[in-house]
Amino acid sequence: MTTLNARTETRAILGSPQAGYVLTGAVALFVLAAPFLGIYPIFLMKLLCFALFACAFNLMLGYVGLLSFGHASFFGMAAYITGHTVKVWGLTPELGIIAGALVAAALGFAFGALAIRRQGIYFAMITLALAQMVYFFSVQAPFTHGEDGIQGIPRGAFLGLVDLGETLNIYYFVVAVFAIGFFIVYRTIHSPFGQVLKAIRENENRVISLGYRVNHFKIAAFTLSAGLSGLAGATKSIVFQAATLTDVHWTMSGEVVLMTLLGGMGTILGPIVGAGVVISLQNYLATVGSWVTVIMGAIFVICVLTFRRGVVGELARILRGR
Amino acid sequence: MTELLGVPAPVLFGQLLLGLINGSFYALLSLGLAVIFGMLNVINFAHGALYMTGAFVAWFLLNYLGIGYWPALILAPLVVGAFGIVLEKTMLSRLYKLDHLYGLLLTFGLALIIEGLFRNAYGVSGQPYPIPSALQGGQNLGFMFLPTYRGWVVVASIIVCFGTWFLVERTRFGAYLRAAVENQELVRAFGINVPLLMTLAYGFAVALAGFAGVLAAPIYQVNPLMGQDLIIVVFAIVVIGGLGSILGSIVTGLGIGVVEGLTKTFYPEASATVVFLIMAIVLALRPHGLFGRPRA
Repeated sequence: MTTLNARTETRAILGSPQAGYVLTGAVALFVLAAPFLGIYPIFLMKLLCFALFACAFNLMLGYVGLLSFGHASFFGMAAYITGHTVKVWGLTPELGIIAGALVAAALGFAFGALAIRRQGIYFAMITLALAQMVYFFSVQAPFTHGEDGIQGIPRGAFLGLVDLGETLNIYYFVVAVFAIGFFIVYRTIHSPFGQVLKAIRENENRVISLGYRVNHFKIAAFTLSAGLSGLAGATKSIVFQAATLTDVHWTMSGEVVLMTLLGGMGTILGPIVGAGVVISLQNYLATVGSWVTVIMGAIFVICVLTFRRGVVGELARILRGR
Repeated sequence: MTELLGVPAPVLFGQLLLGLINGSFYALLSLGLAVIFGMLNVINFAHGALYMTGAFVAWFLLNYLGIGYWPALILAPLVVGAFGIVLEKTMLSRLYKLDHLYGLLLTFGLALIIEGLFRNAYGVSGQPYPIPSALQGGQNLGFMFLPTYRGWVVVASIIVCFGTWFLVERTRFGAYLRAAVENQELVRAFGINVPLLMTLAYGFAVALAGFAGVLAAPIYQVNPLMGQDLIIVVFAIVVIGGLGSILGSIVTGLGIGVVEGLTKTFYPEASATVVFLIMAIVLALRPHGLFGRPRA
């Protein structure tokens, strides 16, 4: 797993803690000011949702070393739940999002409990198969409206007070959701719990021999990762006012894998960078239609063959090599 | 009309036959995955895309070169196998020393490229492929009507599956393969060219997928997306059966096909998900799979 070992890479990117704070501050300022810089807010919100999704996914791939090919089911199912509870039950958006994230976490717990029964490469196949089951469920279940999906989800008002129909309001709402999600990921990685996860990645048998219940840690991490993916999907459904089959399809799972791989798995900033590149590509390549799939596939192949550490990982290596 | 378990017998047997046909494809594909995983330690995500390529090669041969079904049954697997050998030599072989993940990710990317290219060229609607004249029509077996071609698919794939089993378990070449799976270094020390063996194993397994594609062409239309959903079901089957044994893959593939057929008869709503449910149950009760050996 040497190539997955990226523990020190974020440190190399951020350099000293002070530089880290400066960089974080600069990025935060940019994100907050972005709507005034003439950047299309819908695009930014999409990017933030997917960046959060990729960060949540990276918690599993980058820090536990388990490749899940089923994260679309958490993302998409949360989008459906949020859409349904907000549109049909009339919940406020924040409650709808919480409901979506909780259902995703519960689903993640169930998946995790099954999938960790087999090691290594089987994990990917099991999660993919379970996610396909969720996909077929979504095709058939009445509340998801099959091919049509849930459309016209009202954005509503945050806490019943702030109208999220206003572009600026919803933008800062999404920024806040992302910040909360990212903070949870960051704190998890840098907690004793996160240290155990990394130890599992590096040498599972040794962690077992130290007396840790490895399976409990894996399930906990998977549940958390699923819940945060759900948070991203739920928020996305409020932003775009729709939850469709695209969100639960395995291609979405592939996309989040690509974002994480491209940005750098096991790095804190990697998934965000990866999400930025992939979402921008999709945006600019929208005109070439189905070539997008080919290009995504090509990026996969190039990443795996030439820069397995991803953009951020390779950058960190260069900076450290100075 | 006779009824069995509350269902007209022809319906039941018809679905069973359909299940057996699907099961034949599952068996051929999971067999290939088992051979590749055994030798190369790679889960070949591109297997579905290569199955589709096999069907398309047969279609090309017919429409551009006027080469019919029977030669295509040999030629298309050869083409797909050769393509697989190129992929293995140029890309996959660089990843053997790395984590399994990268093999999966690379082949996933390859699957996207292959399927995307075919989709750009031919759209998502299927291209028809005629049933060869010798296999048109059908037999009335009394309890059901058996279309000849469908019967042929089941028989042909079972023959090929057992041929593969024989090759791996009963020949000298197979003995080398199995030895290389157990201990590569030792086999190399005996002067056997293991990298060549790995290339051949990949080419062979991929050719099996191409063969399945040609068999499928007259039944399903030749469609760029035909391998996409199939590969996920095959993954579930591989998890159910375990990648340990060749015979296990064949039996599990056929068995799951039949179970799917039965589900279609008695509870059609669950027919798409039943495979995954079985997988979940097997994981809960027998985590290493029906035929797998418990291994860390």
